[in-house]
Amino acid sequence: MEPRSPQPRSISSGRGLCSAVALLVLGGSLAACGLADVPDWSTIQPASDLSRSIQDVYKTVWFWTAGIFVVVELLLVYAIIRYRRRPGDSGVPDQVHGFTALEIAWTLVPAAILFFIAIPTVRTIFEVQQKPPADRIEIAVIGHQWWWEFEYPDLGIVTANELHLPVGRTANLALASADVIHSFWVPRLGGKRDLNPGSENKLWFTPDSVGVFIGQCAELCGTSHANMRLKVFVETADSFDAWVEQQRRPAVQDSVGLQAFLSSGCAACHAIAGTPAQAKIGPDLTKFGSRSTIASGLLANEPDQLAAWLRDPESIKPGVRMPNLNLSEERIASLVAYLRSLR
Amino acid sequence: MNAAPTDTVQHESIYSGSIASWLTTVDHKRIGVMYGATALLYFIVGGVEALIIRLQLAAPEGAVVGADAYNQLFTMHGTTMVFLVLMPLAAAMFNFLIPLMVGARDVAFPRLNAFSFWTWFFGAILLNLAFFVNQAPDAGWFGYANLTSKQYNPGLGIDFWVLSLQIMGIASIASGVNFTVTALNMRAPGMSLMRMPLFVWMALIVQILMLLAFPAITVGLIFLLFDRFFDTNFYVAAAGGTPVLWQHLFWIFGHPEVYILILPSFGIVSEILPTFSRKPLFGAPFVIFSGILIGFLGFGVWSHHMFTTGLGPIADTAFSLGTMLIAIPTGVKIFNWIGTLWGGHIVMRTPLYFAVGMVALFIVGGLSGIMHASAPIDLQQHDSYFVVAHLHYVFFGGTVFGLLAGVCYWWPKVTGRMLGEGLGKLSFWVMFLGMNLTFFPMHFLGLDGMARRIYTYPAGAGWEQWNLMATVGAFVLTLGVLLFYVNLVRSLRSGEAATPDPWDGATLEWSMSSPPPEYNFAVIPTVNSARPLWLHKYGPTRDISTHTREDGTPPQPDHPVERIELPSPSHWPLVAAAGLTLAGGGTMVGLLPVLAGVAVLVVAVYWWAFQPLERPGNPIFEPARGTE
Repeated sequence: MEPRSPQPRSISSGRGLCSAVALLVLGGSLAACGLADVPDWSTIQPASDLSRSIQDVYKTVWFWTAGIFVVVELLLVYAIIRYRRRPGDSGVPDQVHGFTALEIAWTLVPAAILFFIAIPTVRTIFEVQQKPPADRIEIAVIGHQWWWEFEYPDLGIVTANELHLPVGRTANLALASADVIHSFWVPRLGGKRDLNPGSENKLWFTPDSVGVFIGQCAELCGTSHANMRLKVFVETADSFDAWVEQQRRPAVQDSVGLQAFLSSGCAACHAIAGTPAQAKIGPDLTKFGSRSTIASGLLANEPDQLAAWLRDPESIKPGVRMPNLNLSEERIASLVAYLRSLR
Repeated sequence: MNAAPTDTVQHESIYSGSIASWLTTVDHKRIGVMYGATALLYFIVGGVEALIIRLQLAAPEGAVVGADAYNQLFTMHGTTMVFLVLMPLAAAMFNFLIPLMVGARDVAFPRLNAFSFWTWFFGAILLNLAFFVNQAPDAGWFGYANLTSKQYNPGLGIDFWVLSLQIMGIASIASGVNFTVTALNMRAPGMSLMRMPLFVWMALIVQILMLLAFPAITVGLIFLLFDRFFDTNFYVAAAGGTPVLWQHLFWIFGHPEVYILILPSFGIVSEILPTFSRKPLFGAPFVIFSGILIGFLGFGVWSHHMFTTGLGPIADTAFSLGTMLIAIPTGVKIFNWIGTLWGGHIVMRTPLYFAVGMVALFIVGGLSGIMHASAPIDLQQHDSYFVVAHLHYVFFGGTVFGLLAGVCYWWPKVTGRMLGEGLGKLSFWVMFLGMNLTFFPMHFLGLDGMARRIYTYPAGAGWEQWNLMATVGAFVLTLGVLLFYVNLVRSLRSGEAATPDPWDGATLEWSMSSPPPEYNFAVIPTVNSARPLWLHKYGPTRDISTHTREDGTPPQPDHPVERIELPSPSHWPLVAAAGLTLAGGGTMVGLLPVLAGVAVLVVAVYWWAFQPLERPGNPIFEPARGTE
């Protein structure tokens, strides 16, 4: 299993070499700061079997294409320098029209190289789309403008924007959309797969590293497409079980806060299990207090940020379906306290 | 002997005349100039849109524009660059050059040609009118259903987009017919297909691609129109329709469209490299057939844009392998271009810089294309900035550099003026630097997981420095483009006069004065070689596979030696195009403008049909006395 920390990275990874080339091409200092970061979004720091399979194909193709790039560009530059017209080049050069053997060679050699690229490609296409292993956790992912709904049908848990997964166990995602096309993409855990309205897509992967992984909707889905982020918490089996336990335990309801929630109009869209609020338009808030972020990953779940969200959602997520309810500061304070108590 | 044309011969300029003469012209050269000038203007529009995008992304949490404005900007940037810049700039060259290169006095259907231009012109205006009602389309240039449905996109933006694309599509299909017939039927005596210039070959393939690809998007757009205007359910999943249908229809058009955009540049480079290497194109038949193969295979790879759609492993495999196959003929072209330079006497002039730059940059885009041809890799790279980098290496590095190479190469022929050599090379280097500074970092952004089409991104993702670099690069690139434009303007004002054959060329367009006379050819040439003018100048070469041992084609005489009658100007193509656009655009307003537009269209087509091509007042050129 790869250590949680992304460093040190091997120079043999495509990213390492890419960056090495970048160092040469684009100047050292800028590329160096690129490496100093811990990119939780990286497509080439795999943390699941799926992203590792993709990474393997990518490495193979990267080496072939990098080799071709160097050879062909060198030939081009050489020809330009070597054969430029010089003083004394009188008359016309030899009028060569072509050379069939050469034509055949540069048709066959690329074809042979493609063979080496095609084999791992096809093998991986089938490998990542075969039936998932039996030991797996089923998750329904439903895309909404602009947030993610996650349902664990076997565990009876519904949550939003933050997905919890046990490490080493296959997550089998059933992808669907409530409105337009979205695309589920958590780069370190694997490639993307679209959420199509009217039909269900499948995507499965087995996370192999504990950590927090960031994702983003990858198909243009309207105004706040950029603001449709998600977080995946890959946890040890014990922490995951603890999370499941906590999610299934009914939250203690503060009756004053609940009253504020119901009378402010929130219940028109949101559900909180064990209360009269049962609408399914916005995210389920049953365990809202247990989430680390709000507004599909835009803000931390902190009192001031939650208050800002309730004050004017549109200013944070343009186009958002949640209206500005013109709540009084007093009302906002009691809603913040109540929502954060839902653990 | 007739005298070779010299720069001392003054024809009355083919460009002088009233505005009305431009509105009614059916001269392919004037139409080509109008296409080119309009496309170069829209290049500024699309470029400004791109600069605003880059400013917004220069730093995390950018606040230059809002979410909706950003979505409109990248939608309009993509649509503008594809339909309002690259295609018409290529069309400008098809118009101006195909008749000259095949030895014809005009295109096959001159008035249809004018109709194509005006239809495109009005369609382009209709698209940009959307800005003035503050409802520019915002669903991407690819306009995926069901984000384009009335339910999720109730404004007028998508209507503007659908209707203008539909109208410009009519222009494309009409010119596809026109240039296919021109290239096939109007060639001078002796010009067999294998003697046809490479640029015309690639142009011919492009026309055929347009004829076959545009119907697919037309069908897709009609479905969308019906969904939006008449509540049908082609793309409505809840009613049994399927949004994915749009993706298939769009990309069956969209992928051949990629080749519609790149093949003209392949043709241009295949003209420029031989001229400046002073050698024939290496392996010309292979370059021709690989172009045909690219066009053919281009119809079988559309679903490589849909690897994330979930089509299953069989489809993913088929489209991965099909896409990889295209690398073979593309590689053949690149190797033959290098083979052309090899052993030549390369003359280092501005057109050559742009042509070689095109090859160098296109290689990068081609190789990154091989990466996402592999479906598993594409699952990561799809809709990430890696693809943005790829497509800009293909379209900017490949298409734009190729087209600008063509502009530099044929500018003397079109305007009769030379471009500044120093300024030309400077503009090349600044653009080359800016292009790489802008788009190369996007590879890293994509690998670091930055998605496309996002107007904002959080700090701390490791994207800041690459984004800043790309934004700086965009301004360097802009400077390069401005230098290029300054060079054009300076040339028009005070450029050195161009001789008929400033580059020591091999093809027929260099056999007449610069700019050409209105009738192009005083004498219809006889062609015995793929390089008729070269054969005349330098005699037969050791390889005779492309020509017989007969004579080359001499330069054109200064004056007609026979009576030449050209088709007369007509205002009906313009009126018909206006009626068509009014009828189309009017659907957003109400029934009255639609009926008015249809009425104008019907009347215009009626009068057009009964207007004889030859009638009193059409241009007639008599042989000058003493030249019989």
